[in-house]
Amino acid sequence: MEILVCVKRVPDATENEISVGPGGTDISREDLVYAVNEWDNYAVEEAIQIVDRVGGNVTVVALGDSEAEEVVRREMAMGAGQGLMLVDDAFRGADGLGVATILEAAARKGAYDLILTGAQADDGAAQVGGMLAALLDWPYASLVNKIEGEAGTLRIGRELEGGTQELSEIDLPCVLSIQTGINEPRYVGIRGIRKVASVEIPVLDAAALGLAAGAVGGAAAKARRLDYFIPAAGAGAEMLTGSTRELASQLVDLLKLKGGLH
Amino acid sequence: MPFAFLSPASAVYLGVPARLVFLLIPLAGAAVFIHMMIRRVRPLLAAAPDPRFGDVPARLWLVLKLWLAQWRQPRYFVAGALHILLFFAFLVLGLRSTQLVFLGFMETFTLPGFGGELGACYNVAKDYAATVCLLSVVLLAWRRGVVKPERYKVPAALGKDHTGEALLVLGLIGTLLVSESLFEACGLAAAPGEGAWAGTLAWAFRHLLAGCPGGFLGHLGVAAYAVHDLTFFYFLCLLPRGKHFHVITSLFNVFFMRLEPGHVKPVRHDVRDADLDKLETFGVKKLEDFTWKHLLDFYSCADCGRCSDQCPANRVKRPLSPRFITIKGRGHLFERYPLAGPQATGPAPLVGGIYSEDEIWSCTTCGACEEECPIGIEYIDKIVDLRRGLVEEGRVPPSLQKPLSSIEKRGNPWGKLEKKRADWIAGVGDGLKVKTADAGDAAPDLYFVDSMTSYDDRMQKIAQATARILGRAGVDFLILGKAEKDSGHEVRRYGEEMLFQSLRDENTQAILDCAPSRIVASDPHAYNALKHDYELGVPVTHVSELIQAGLRSGKLRPKPVADPTRVYTYHDPCYLGRHNGLYEAPREAIDAIPGLKRVEMAGACRDRSLCCGGGGLNLFYEPEEAQRMGVLRVAQAAQAGANVIVTACPFCLTNMEDAIKVAGLEGRMEAVDLCELVDGHLQA
Amino acid sequence: MATKVFALIAHNAGQPDDSALELLAGARTLFPGCAPVALVAGSGPDVAAAAGAAAAAFGEAWSFDQAQLAYPNAELLRPLLVKALPPGAVVLLPHSTLGMDLGPGLSVKLGVPYLPDVVGCQASEGDTLTVVRQEYTGQVSTHVQAQAGQGAVLTVRSGAFAPAGAGSAPGRVLDKSAEAEGLQARRRFLGVVAAQAGDVDITREDVLVSVGRGIGEQENVALVEELAEAMGAAVACSRPIVDAKWLDKSRQVGTSGLTVKPKVYLALGISGAFQHVGGIKGSPFLVAVNKNPKAPIFQVASVGIVADLMELLPELTTQIQKAK
Repeated sequence: MEILVCVKRVPDATENEISVGPGGTDISREDLVYAVNEWDNYAVEEAIQIVDRVGGNVTVVALGDSEAEEVVRREMAMGAGQGLMLVDDAFRGADGLGVATILEAAARKGAYDLILTGAQADDGAAQVGGMLAALLDWPYASLVNKIEGEAGTLRIGRELEGGTQELSEIDLPCVLSIQTGINEPRYVGIRGIRKVASVEIPVLDAAALGLAAGAVGGAAAKARRLDYFIPAAGAGAEMLTGSTRELASQLVDLLKLKGGLH
Repeated sequence: MPFAFLSPASAVYLGVPARLVFLLIPLAGAAVFIHMMIRRVRPLLAAAPDPRFGDVPARLWLVLKLWLAQWRQPRYFVAGALHILLFFAFLVLGLRSTQLVFLGFMETFTLPGFGGELGACYNVAKDYAATVCLLSVVLLAWRRGVVKPERYKVPAALGKDHTGEALLVLGLIGTLLVSESLFEACGLAAAPGEGAWAGTLAWAFRHLLAGCPGGFLGHLGVAAYAVHDLTFFYFLCLLPRGKHFHVITSLFNVFFMRLEPGHVKPVRHDVRDADLDKLETFGVKKLEDFTWKHLLDFYSCADCGRCSDQCPANRVKRPLSPRFITIKGRGHLFERYPLAGPQATGPAPLVGGIYSEDEIWSCTTCGACEEECPIGIEYIDKIVDLRRGLVEEGRVPPSLQKPLSSIEKRGNPWGKLEKKRADWIAGVGDGLKVKTADAGDAAPDLYFVDSMTSYDDRMQKIAQATARILGRAGVDFLILGKAEKDSGHEVRRYGEEMLFQSLRDENTQAILDCAPSRIVASDPHAYNALKHDYELGVPVTHVSELIQAGLRSGKLRPKPVADPTRVYTYHDPCYLGRHNGLYEAPREAIDAIPGLKRVEMAGACRDRSLCCGGGGLNLFYEPEEAQRMGVLRVAQAAQAGANVIVTACPFCLTNMEDAIKVAGLEGRMEAVDLCELVDGHLQA
Repeated sequence: MATKVFALIAHNAGQPDDSALELLAGARTLFPGCAPVALVAGSGPDVAAAAGAAAAAFGEAWSFDQAQLAYPNAELLRPLLVKALPPGAVVLLPHSTLGMDLGPGLSVKLGVPYLPDVVGCQASEGDTLTVVRQEYTGQVSTHVQAQAGQGAVLTVRSGAFAPAGAGSAPGRVLDKSAEAEGLQARRRFLGVVAAQAGDVDITREDVLVSVGRGIGEQENVALVEELAEAMGAAVACSRPIVDAKWLDKSRQVGTSGLTVKPKVYLALGISGAFQHVGGIKGSPFLVAVNKNPKAPIFQVASVGIVADLMELLPELTTQIQKAK
């Protein structure tokens, strides 16, 4: 099976304290460490496991600049056979649809049976996979936590609310967005990364992808982010006082308000 | 009529001169033995290199101490005493056995130099040795067969019990002793006037045989001789087949054993760091990836179970038992390289084969096993090598992947910001402004704080106490601050060698940029890393040694203990105690506080200290275990009558404090760091 | 603006679920004075019942009753909506597993902007929609704008809007089932597997009641479990509780346990050490109850109570049960 996995380089969710940068137009990028988006990492591991089972190839693709290349290399160190970078100034500021359009162009240049993305990334939009599927007019399933089968049709599981799993059959080629926990991603050590340090990763720009400049960048974005801000919050805990009964009563009201009672 | 003793060499039976038989037996026996030895040596030649041929005087000293003087045997007193008797008897009787071989085809034979006085003394010695030896054999057999100490047990999953083999060998030894004494007694009985040494086995037989007809004695003697000859060579050829190989290999195993604890072997001894990238594979994945010394370890194991008995992971029922790492390794080695038939080919990965992943990750590298083994078998390097192989294949437990990734990205396992590493200095007080390399300060001493002490809210107090103590002791020091990264001590021991090297190189650069003349550490893991894993060329000292020096010089003046009713006990951290021999300085520091009552955890202190659960990455690993090691340790402290545990390691302190909660001893037991204790008891 | 606003209603056993009224409230906030239409798809008599109830709240509901739609399959709903919706439609979906499955592709097929996981919004100005989203697991918020002249697709986070009051008039139900004929799906539903009893994934829970050493004895953990049950929440804990084997490891929150991102987190008898707090992401509404007023948890909590858990918990549980 020829599998394309879309990965994104994001500020590492757990290693950083995210705050709003000066000017409010971006988060503060000072001191941030970046890593491959956690969901995408699960997707790459799944792709590698599928290919180990049924044969084929895993290609990892990312949009961005030379820094984004580091995550592609890391996923190759994990075991993905090929890497691909999509780089062009014209891509800057692309919104979700823009990203999906660029990925669509890259997908059409190959002959893939399966495209995997992570269920969501740093902006929590969970959109690129679904948009990519619609652009390619391929069937789609999100939040996939199980994949079985090989040619023609896959049997998949989706994670629903409360941990229920929805089982479906989906025709190939298709796009699947992968939920965390589908597998246990293998560890990538420094040595593995050094081994792929000099492997060639092809780069495609807008022209190579057949995309008109201005078609996908910030100017073409349909959803535009205006700013970053922190909603007003109190300093420290608001301490409640009163008798046990009063405390409980105040707490019940607060919980109701904040959606703590189902 | 006077009877001339019928020497086995001159006997003739059924027309066949016995001397032919008694020449054939040794020749055949020796041939088989040599064949077996060649077969056993072969895998060592196919294994990885291990340079253990230097430092000969030190090695000879170890042989004298551990092998000849059986130094570690008495740590398990009864078994140890019995083994010492058996061992010395073997040494003594070995000479007699050699002589006996020749007596099979030569009427008379004495070993060169054993004619005359020496020979006479030896004759006395050997008879008593044989008697004592038989007694030991009986007692040992009783221990194995009846008492059945826990540490000899074999869990059902791991194969059949080893008692049968043990009893067989004891039986063979007994047979050798009895047949030799009987042979001796026959000779003596046939020569009237010759007595045997009172109280010996030979003497007993001599009396039994008194009055027997000469002819009978002659034949009995030849029979006894024959039994001895056959048994001797059967036993000789049995040795390479099981745990009694140690009879031959222990001398070599001790000669080649590790000279200094605390080190971890390089990935391969014959590959420099700069060339590591060229290696096809890292770590031990199959048998031949082990070094020849590690394979020799497998041969040498006497199956005494002392390592596993002391192993804290084994005690809390993690899947690890060091003894079975060796026994399974040996079984695998024997299978792949049999005594007869072709060597096995085909892949045979160790982890997933004879070992499980959990087994390999369960080790805290505390070193109790290596400290205990009377034959110098090593474990830590094997575990680290197996982990290197697993890391290379990405088979790292999820609970460890995150902290490793955080160390890679942020230089500490919690992923906290680098710029907050020195935040603790704000809370030092005492009018002391801690110098940092970031600020461009300089000082002759460098305090390497390491991640736990820098970032953990509770452990920052240790850093602060240490800083105050250093200040009081007049030590002019600085810390690296933001530039300091995790020492990588556990990173290396968990098999991520390249990440360790990158940490080591960055830290080394930062340290050398400060050009300190001495490095101080409060964290024993950092101490060990800087001392043994890094090559700084700068002396490294632990804060307890500085405290000791400060107390002796009078710079640090302790005041009476705050609460004289409390009973203190000191828990030896693995990386201060066993791995670095630093037992006394912390004790001296504690005892210097007037009125402080301290007790020892008898039988579980110093080099028998029970690991708290492990430091560094051990804090993150989630093993299968019946309980936490710390809980066992806290129970030991309570049993010793203590209500305060003093430790000198931030990880020990964390594990103790957690264990106190889990064991429900809050309010009745407290854990405190050595620096906190001393700092809290210094005169103004 | 002649935009028609639609909301996809999830329903169960003939009743719209909680998200329906939230979507209604969201629609009204975005487009004050608009008359949003409820979209109800399914199979059998439940659809009519749900559509009726939805119509009563919204004013108008379109029902799609088709055997294929018995189980909500985004791969069928998407082409259905593309067919049935008028041009320029603004569609609101809940940001549920269905919404996430349906929304992105729908926005592409309709050729309109997509605004996912909306947690708040302003009234639209002309064609311009301005919504509030969160990024980086809730650590920061953003304002996002889109031109909805040709329509738009939005998914709305549960709890972002307080449910709108339901109307009193019966409302109009239009049967659009014919539109749902001949739908082809390249993804076919096979069945569901329920999560194992007791197999709670606390990382997916919105409300957690977390217990620490301050609870004292093992038997007291039952008080916490009762409270959690009354709240419809899941029980979580800090590490000492797992070490003591009072709760399963799958309940542990912390740097060496699980990372959770609930909306509401009760920290009961938890000191607030970083090892625990580090496992809580997304700035939930954090209520801390601890005997010790100096416990570090109070620095990260939204609301703090210094009290004895043994007294507070039973009282709290009783009051919650009464409130339901």
